[in-house]
Amino acid sequence: MSYYNEEFETLPRQALEALQLKRLQATVARVCASVPFYRQSFDRAGITPDSVKSLADLQRLPFTLKQDMRDSYPYGLFAAPMEEIVRIHASSGTTGKPTVVGYTRKDIDTWSELMARSFAAAGVHRGDIIHNSYGYGLFTGGLGAHYGAEKLGASVIPMSGGNTKKQIMIMKDFGSTVLTCTPSYSLFMAEAAREEGVDFRQLKLHVGIFGAEPWSEAMRGEIEEKLNLCAIDIYGLSEIMGPGVAIECREAKKGLHIWEDHFIPEIIDPETGAVLPEGKLGELVITTITKEGIPLIRYRTRDITSLTYEPCACGRTHARLTRMTGRSDDMLIIRGVNVFPSQIESILMGIEGVEPHYVLIVDRKDNLDSLEVQVEVDERLFSDEIKVLQSLSQRIEKEIKDILGISCRVRLVEPQTITRSEGKAKRVIDNRKSS
Amino acid sequence: MNVEQISIFIENKSGRLAEITKVLGDAGVNIRALSLADTSDFGILRLIVNDRETAKQVLKERGFTVSKTEVVAVEVPDRPGGLSQILQALDRDQINVEYMYAFVERCGENAVIIFRFDETAKAISTLTKNGFTVLEGARLYAM
Repeated sequence: MSYYNEEFETLPRQALEALQLKRLQATVARVCASVPFYRQSFDRAGITPDSVKSLADLQRLPFTLKQDMRDSYPYGLFAAPMEEIVRIHASSGTTGKPTVVGYTRKDIDTWSELMARSFAAAGVHRGDIIHNSYGYGLFTGGLGAHYGAEKLGASVIPMSGGNTKKQIMIMKDFGSTVLTCTPSYSLFMAEAAREEGVDFRQLKLHVGIFGAEPWSEAMRGEIEEKLNLCAIDIYGLSEIMGPGVAIECREAKKGLHIWEDHFIPEIIDPETGAVLPEGKLGELVITTITKEGIPLIRYRTRDITSLTYEPCACGRTHARLTRMTGRSDDMLIIRGVNVFPSQIESILMGIEGVEPHYVLIVDRKDNLDSLEVQVEVDERLFSDEIKVLQSLSQRIEKEIKDILGISCRVRLVEPQTITRSEGKAKRVIDNRKSS
Repeated sequence: MNVEQISIFIENKSGRLAEITKVLGDAGVNIRALSLADTSDFGILRLIVNDRETAKQVLKERGFTVSKTEVVAVEVPDRPGGLSQILQALDRDQINVEYMYAFVERCGENAVIIFRFDETAKAISTLTKNGFTVLEGARLYAM
């Protein structure tokens, strides 16, 4: 078992919650005093700094949306004067302006520590050589992992992304033992290495820390096999901090510990905003409780996950998030039931152990929602016998009914029937909006 | 001993059979026998062709899901009760027929039936034991 900060990582629940409350109260006071946006939104909700008496009062505070950050572009939500800001990052901003975040020196120290804790949880030690292929720049990935690696005392190679041939050469010649990049880039590297005649079994990599995009258990299996290492899932977002908000521990590899002495997680119903009980799938909401540069109250991440407080084999007391399975923007409400495409994806995977291409078609007939699940029949699913294919579609229908509680109709379709755009399949066609 | 059948998944929509037969025709593949099983949503087209590899390749290139299946070709006396004798022999040994269909050409005085069994090896042994002629794949494709 290796911790970076054993005292805080294993803090008993009661002490952790007492610390959270103290820090939450300080954060609410800070944003009320220095951020006009929060002052106004708290006023509208009738909240004053001293109205937060317990952690349960957090639910009374209004949410912060990505749009609020855009509306305050670039520095409107900063809670520290520019004299104290030592670093600025921004999200990619694929639609419109990017969202801008600022860090005080203390924020950078916190981020470095949480990233160091994350490396330690993944089984990284001093003496490890970290090959950091996250992009350096406005994106938080590269520098976030870099500072954490130095804080831990490991050796970090600041590779950034791109120039894959050179990456392979350095990985081999420098004896890299840890790889940090996006999961898709790791598979791209594996392919490039094969073309270069480099065998990953001959490299010294023992662990890869992958994040910045959603990935599946099936992809983990593929990465672990092709790169011959242990693949760990890391979670972060620039609005909250960057990489290192939550990470899987090497011991259990079952859920991502979110560093609760710095962040308070909640899971809400994306439609109603109501807080959901432990174990329920919904949208992750995070409140930062130690940030100075840009503290965020109940920030809606739009990431779909669930939360568990069950004790973990690694001894850390911090709650765990299940693997991110999609975005709340993708949520469908079918006959009053919240359905995420990712839930259907995991049901399909569970049935055949493969990730088939599928599309969900939602319609409304006679005022009743209907769901059709089209599944592409590839060689792995195909049989020359009608009864085998019919029982396949019946099994899928039954599983969806049992797990999600909604009836659907499964239709087997030919491959490539389902439109693919930019390498990604369009997963949902909702015809209700147009009718 | 066994015969290789090509099975193709097709959605139940117009023009699919036309496309498959055109793709095969353009590639110079001759269809020797066929059967189509269908449901309201999809169908499975099963073919015996003279050139399996080419057929499989051109269909895959066009995005079809194709698989190979082992089937058994049996000579059936072309007279009343001919098929019944074969099925009775199989039934005595409790062998299930998954599906069957007739071959286009005759083999001398006999008709040829393609069978798909759940237990192919056992079926062949029952058939030969009872004096029926099971046709070699090579002979069938060239018929």
